[in-house]
Amino acid sequence: MITLGAHRIQYNETAAALGRRTFRVTADDRRPMPLRAREAFMVRTGNYPEGFGCYLIPEGDAAQLNARHLAVAQVPEDLTYLADGDVIRILPERRSLRVLFRRSSPNNSFLLTERCNNYCLMCSQPPRNVQDGWIADEILDALPLIDPDTSEIGFTGGEPTLLGDRFLELVQACKSYLPRTALHVLSNGRTFADATFARRLSEITHPDLMIGVPIYSDLSHIHDYVVQADGAFDETVRGVMNLKQFGVRVEIRVVLHKQTIPRLPALARFITRNLLFADHVALMGLEMMGFTKANFDDLWIDPADYQAELAAATHTLDRARMNVSIYNSQLCLMDRSIWRFAKRSISDWKQEYMPECNGCAVIDQCAGFFASAKLRYSDHIAPVRAAA
Amino acid sequence: MSGFTSLLEYEKPLHAGYELLPFRFTQLSGDRYVVTNLAGEFTVLERPELEAFAKTQLSASDPVYSELKSKHFLTDGDSNVAIDLLALKVRTKLAPLANFTGLHIFVTTLRCEHSCPYCQVSRANDDRREFDMTEETASKAVDLVFRSPSPAIKIEFQGGESLLNQDIIEFTVEEVTRRNQQEKRDLAFVIATNLAVLDDRAITFARKHNILMSTSLDGPADLHNRNRPRPGGNSYEKAIQGIHRVRRELGRDRVGALMTTTVASLGRVREIIDEYVRQDFDGIFLRPLSPYGFAIKTKFYQSYDQSRWLEFYFEGLDYIIDLNLAGFPFLEHYAATILRKMLTPFQPGYVDLISPAGIGIGAIVYNYDGDVYASDESRMLAEMGDKTFCLGNVHTHSYDELLLSDNLLEPLEASFAGSAPMCSWCAFEPYCGSDPVFHHATQKDFVGKKPLSAFCSRNMSIFRGLVERMERPGVREMFERWAYMR
Repeated sequence: MITLGAHRIQYNETAAALGRRTFRVTADDRRPMPLRAREAFMVRTGNYPEGFGCYLIPEGDAAQLNARHLAVAQVPEDLTYLADGDVIRILPERRSLRVLFRRSSPNNSFLLTERCNNYCLMCSQPPRNVQDGWIADEILDALPLIDPDTSEIGFTGGEPTLLGDRFLELVQACKSYLPRTALHVLSNGRTFADATFARRLSEITHPDLMIGVPIYSDLSHIHDYVVQADGAFDETVRGVMNLKQFGVRVEIRVVLHKQTIPRLPALARFITRNLLFADHVALMGLEMMGFTKANFDDLWIDPADYQAELAAATHTLDRARMNVSIYNSQLCLMDRSIWRFAKRSISDWKQEYMPECNGCAVIDQCAGFFASAKLRYSDHIAPVRAAA
Repeated sequence: MSGFTSLLEYEKPLHAGYELLPFRFTQLSGDRYVVTNLAGEFTVLERPELEAFAKTQLSASDPVYSELKSKHFLTDGDSNVAIDLLALKVRTKLAPLANFTGLHIFVTTLRCEHSCPYCQVSRANDDRREFDMTEETASKAVDLVFRSPSPAIKIEFQGGESLLNQDIIEFTVEEVTRRNQQEKRDLAFVIATNLAVLDDRAITFARKHNILMSTSLDGPADLHNRNRPRPGGNSYEKAIQGIHRVRRELGRDRVGALMTTTVASLGRVREIIDEYVRQDFDGIFLRPLSPYGFAIKTKFYQSYDQSRWLEFYFEGLDYIIDLNLAGFPFLEHYAATILRKMLTPFQPGYVDLISPAGIGIGAIVYNYDGDVYASDESRMLAEMGDKTFCLGNVHTHSYDELLLSDNLLEPLEASFAGSAPMCSWCAFEPYCGSDPVFHHATQKDFVGKKPLSAFCSRNMSIFRGLVERMERPGVREMFERWAYMR
């Protein structure tokens, strides 16, 4: 696992005077002069080419910090993965630095807010009721610095749509600065129960937008229980209908756990009958993060014990010619008839394998585990001996 | 951690009772009932379950309650989005109506070199050109084709033997294609032919315009040749040669086949299906004989009764199910059409099984002489002397006059199954159709008395038969695959 931010950053006085600023990282000393003010130069050979907005130096050379009238930040070892095209935010007053975008990663996600109107039993990013409108400003600063050839970025939360107009502004900024980049938004969809809001999103005509919306049961009260919000099911379903009515693509996301498994086959039938127009359905293994630990007994079911339901639901969706994927699930547990739906879904900086995986013939095709799975994973993980 | 609310709290609104959404039920067998809703979703209930449900006495903890809620047979205090979803599903089922006429049938000639005793349209000798469509007539018909608002237009050429008037096929296809440069419709062309007269010219033309060939194949050689006499007694050989020639030169999917059931077919459904398997078709349409044309004159229609045909159908269907369960995918097209209504949100456009009826607004026929008919069966009826469903003539009537003619509107309105006696309360109505031409032909009434209707009894048996078969392991899954195949 790789740190996406760091504390213990030493900033010199010039850097501290900049305050919070966003820079694109480069190690190229031949960058055109006009670009340099928006870029942070990675000092590797003691060379300080003129004009960069900021200079990042490795730990251990404190003397360099104040030797020059340049903005210099001394970064720890674990940030040496920073590379050309990455985007960082310096926070001198907190002596920290955030990595907002990694060009080499296919999974760049922006958290838009920590606020949420759901309170899901298994939330991996527990919401906080804080005023965090500054985050949107930070992302609006970062978007113009991102490589326009980036294939995909994500918006997550909290519930991103709670930003209201600012959410729409952010989607517009993605279209404007990154017209060739897919935008995937994780939203509970409830805000789109307001058809006007859904229409306004569609009117941005983002060229490659997908809203990922969770539906956890075909029965309203079970969904509402899982997301801990009465009335959420109706709003989410209306949100999905509105989004699709206005031509916005929608992915339905189902997290697999003790509360969602019993109705999973019925939910799949419900989706094929009512929401067949959804563009993708993702059936996702549980992540052992955030609230999941607190609600462990109510959520944990060994994945080996729900494979029949998972296969039934997957095949129901597939027969209806829906686009279906299985995320965060291990091939050795799955019936081979659903292997073709399993995706390597876990972000590179989270993906891990267990000792039981040693010698597995299909490890290269397997999603593996979230690092957090060390807390608990299936008792039935075993190497697959013959490849698919 | 505190701050989480238990499931029990979220279940509380369920205990305040529920309201029924519109539903209908029909006995399946014994104490078992099929229950359907407006969107065609269904379940099978035991009579006590049905009674408890209808009396709003079902407990929220009953699995039947969950199923009925999930399928939108009831709403409770916890959720009201069911109404929106149900409305959306009903709209989806009815949406194709707005497209209006998509299938346009051109009868290029009544001439035919076959002399099939069951033929449903009168035929004429091979060399009498007075039964051919002229360019003037075709041109007027093409004007009418493009008056249809349908974004998808399928032109089907029928006969007689349609290819005996190849000139008019070529004229029509070229004229339609030329005008479509402005119209931008999604075009498809079909030539219905026995393939016996298929020549290089037809193949070359079909390749250029991506035309589909639709032919007849009644079963093995002896059965087919007995059903379909022609000079030389080689109808089967000609058809098979033609099928493989079209596949080879135009593409595997460029030929389809239809079978007609006769008395001679009745004991031989497996052989007929085997013939389709042998010829590499991906399915078969097990069709009943219709009460029109020569079929009536020659007593063919009366020669076997409904129950014998149903035996034939179900023996065939079960044989096909077994083929599938053994791993060989093969389709029965009539069942697939009904299953699409039962198991998906879609409404298939099959004109004989739709309500409002498909006459005129789903398909329309331009006869060789310019007469316009509301359906293929309508012109067959006219060949027997009954022009009830003749809407006018391309030379003397405008589009508005034809499509607003009483000969069309009256049967459409009268036969609408949603308000027809016995249909309106039938659980199978969402899967069924209203066939005013059939009921007029058999009962001299657009609606007909359903207990006397072979259309009704045949389809009711098939609906029940399909529901019952879905209880066999693996069959529901297979049926879902059929339902979504298009």
